Amino acid sequence: MSQPQAAVGAAVPRVDARLRVTGRAKYAADNNPDGVVHAVIVDSSVGKGRITGIDTRAALAETGVLTVINHLNAPELPPRQGGFPPGEPLRAFQDDRIRFFGQPVAVVVATTLETAQHAASLVKVSYDAQPPSTDMSVADPAGEPETYARGDTDGALDSAAVRLETTYRTARNHHNAMEPAGVVARWEGDRLTVWEKTQNVVGAVRTLAGEFGIPPGNVRIISPFIGGAFGNAARTWVHSVIAAMAAREVKRPVKLALTRRQLYFGVGYRPAYEYALRLGSNRRGRLTASAHDVRSETSSYETYSEDVLAAGRMLYSTPNVRQVYRHVPLDVNTPTFMRGPGYSSGAFTVESAMDELAHELGLDPIELRLRNEPADDESIRLPFSTRRLRDCYRVGAREFGWERRRPKPRSTRDGDWLIGMGMAAGVYDTARSQSQASVRLDADGTALLQSATSDMGPGTATSMTQLAADALGLPMRRVSFRLGDSRMPPAAGHFGSQTMASVGSSVQDGCDKVRGQAITLAIADEGSPLHGVDPADVVVRGGRLHVKDNPVRGETYQRLLARNDRTHLEALGTYAGASESEKFSFYAYAATFAEVAVDARLGLVRVRRMVGVYDAARIINPRLADSQAIGAMVGGIGQALLEHTVTDHRDGRIVNANFADYLVPTHADIPELKAIYIEGEDFEADPIGVKGLGEVVLVGVAPAIANAVFNATGRRVRELPITPEALL
Amino acid sequence: MSTERPDSAVPPTAESCSAPSRRTFIATTTALGGVVVAGGMVAAPPPLGAEKAVAAGAPPGGSVSLTVNGVRHTVTIDNRTSLLDLLREHLDLTGSKKGCNAGACGACTVLVDGRRVNSCLTLAVRLEGAEVTTIEGLEKGDRLHPLQQAFIDQDAFQCGFCTPGQIVSGVGCIQEGHTGSPEEIREWMSGNLCRCGCYVKIVRAVEQTAERK
Repeated sequence: MSQPQAAVGAAVPRVDARLRVTGRAKYAADNNPDGVVHAVIVDSSVGKGRITGIDTRAALAETGVLTVINHLNAPELPPRQGGFPPGEPLRAFQDDRIRFFGQPVAVVVATTLETAQHAASLVKVSYDAQPPSTDMSVADPAGEPETYARGDTDGALDSAAVRLETTYRTARNHHNAMEPAGVVARWEGDRLTVWEKTQNVVGAVRTLAGEFGIPPGNVRIISPFIGGAFGNAARTWVHSVIAAMAAREVKRPVKLALTRRQLYFGVGYRPAYEYALRLGSNRRGRLTASAHDVRSETSSYETYSEDVLAAGRMLYSTPNVRQVYRHVPLDVNTPTFMRGPGYSSGAFTVESAMDELAHELGLDPIELRLRNEPADDESIRLPFSTRRLRDCYRVGAREFGWERRRPKPRSTRDGDWLIGMGMAAGVYDTARSQSQASVRLDADGTALLQSATSDMGPGTATSMTQLAADALGLPMRRVSFRLGDSRMPPAAGHFGSQTMASVGSSVQDGCDKVRGQAITLAIADEGSPLHGVDPADVVVRGGRLHVKDNPVRGETYQRLLARNDRTHLEALGTYAGASESEKFSFYAYAATFAEVAVDARLGLVRVRRMVGVYDAARIINPRLADSQAIGAMVGGIGQALLEHTVTDHRDGRIVNANFADYLVPTHADIPELKAIYIEGEDFEADPIGVKGLGEVVLVGVAPAIANAVFNATGRRVRELPITPEALL
Repeated sequence: MSTERPDSAVPPTAESCSAPSRRTFIATTTALGGVVVAGGMVAAPPPLGAEKAVAAGAPPGGSVSLTVNGVRHTVTIDNRTSLLDLLREHLDLTGSKKGCNAGACGACTVLVDGRRVNSCLTLAVRLEGAEVTTIEGLEKGDRLHPLQQAFIDQDAFQCGFCTPGQIVSGVGCIQEGHTGSPEEIREWMSGNLCRCGCYVKIVRAVEQTAERK
């Protein structure tokens, strides 16, 4: 069923670009259904304890206030099973317990936003407060650690010619997507419609149905646009339940948007890490052993974990490896996936340590990595499906001008600025999950595809339209792809870089089926010029079916369907996801190169330029892929130099819960950035040959910058972010 | 007449302050005749299950006439209503976004009398006689503003949420003449955050549009 490739691989503009540049794209809080009223959450001003009283009289006295819901008057919700992360998920006003500073304790509903905001400030809550435990450095881990071991790590470390023992720390980071979490909820009887910001349409249905004890078929999620998420809309958080509860109580549609401050307590974060690493190698730089002791924060009510250990197990050939990953429960809200989850935090340690080892041995950092390039995945003893990391190093070194780097730190100056170059590898696993997409080809020669997937920015509708256009043999303008509605066929969650592989494979399957139906119809039809032709010899191009080697012999979809009195052809495309027993190790790879300038007197770090080179297999749209990689470099610059959530351990309050104090990169922080994708495909991974790229492009950015800072200054900073005071 | 200086996303310099001189009140006064009643003026349904105390009275409000994208609106609003909430919740102009509601992200950027302001920090009731341009007002018929087209050409957005603010801010930046170099554009666009990290391409889009002007 091979089709000519025309749209796939082309750097076409986004199909929904016009909606996004004119302000017509409707994000969740942009919806104003008839009769909508506004909800504002009152959150806890203590970090641990119990609520002893709530005085709502002043709030209720405000004209326009409809209700104030709290644990004393909230409807009882049915018990709910937790999923991931394991534990007891936070419920909406079901008890008097305060688990963290900023936990919702009440919601005010009023006819106007101004009234709701003011009334929320009038709700008086009293607490029996206890000192919260929020400092990971002094808290004890709990529960069973996650462990991994191969070989005799202690023995190998003892006998290693070169040993390195270091501890790295990374700060808590908040996603800070530009769109705050927003919900509009409306009930009609026991049917719930929610305009939601979600990366997981199917999951949102499941969570809300479970919370209210109604059949999943009664919940409709509408989420056609997402204003960035980076993982924080993968879960359905308690504020969505609160909005739906409020709508049911006041019997009107309710709009609820978290404030920027509330997002710091409401939608998860990348947890802080403390990662102790011991490396052993021989004099030539061949790794012999590594021991990884990792601690990470989680909440008191759920145990969040992510794949922080993978890079340490499989990125480099190492015969002896031991890993321990401990979770430290704190009186905080639960962390969640944030772009490159686990891998980006792990890579800071592993890739910084490789740079330290290279310096210790007097080896070029790329040469050290090449000497430890594994023949297969030593952690699961499987061959790599594809691994073009060597190509990433080679192309990156050439494009970046790596040969101009002086190995000796502090040897390049530009006035007051110390100049340094650094690089790091990145890796992210190729996730694929079950997905479906419906495909309908109409008699007018246009096609409509639908899948309950999402688009938080990568351009899902565009890349899917490209795939479908080629598979159906139609020009892109005659194909529409719709997403973000739970009435559509279920799709994999829009996270973990799995959308292209998962949803894309179902799109390919559905389009192949529809095209196959058309070909079958034509060759069986005595009135068709294709009557009797071998179906394998028929291709479709520009909406016209024809014999591959004889383009004159053929006809259009329109003629074929009209003659056969068919209004349309349709099929459900399906993809089963990753196999239970994989035969290969599936990962995408990156090599990131950075040049920094460090003010010798002020410690200020400026990134001067970056080049990223990626093995993400087949690239559906180079323009979109370029934007994602460049965007990840920006995110990585934030992670490396700026972003740090600061908690006041006295009461568990986050003191920089706003855009003025939690620094994210701005225009002025970002130089020219360059992204290059290594050509290739990976048809072992999935039927369309892609590996996913949204995460891997971030993994390795922060250590590349940190290694460049070392090369510039001779100072090895083992803690993110690298702030000026660390360099003074 | 409103003559206060709007809060600007970037510090205006002397030459950048284009005088708010050409307010055209006549053109569109009857276009919608939009009287928006908001705030405590709306009759609220009785609260549910609450022992309702005596109403504290309607919140203080006022009437204001302003022109938005060429359409004159006379509205009675709660004094606490920001220009952003007036646009989004009362005039159904949801292109301007609320990213932080504190003037720190620029997603709400609109032009007031030709100057960039953070509409989240601007009280609507103070804008008597003002001319407001939002993202919805940049198209001419079916034709995109050149900067909107440049954003598409350069793929200068991903999620699109900050995009309306970036584009309106870019229009202001070009009008102010702060486009002499990529460095200058970066400096004068730094009030507009983009978390998807499209800065490189936004700067190119602004540069391309300024050059063609």
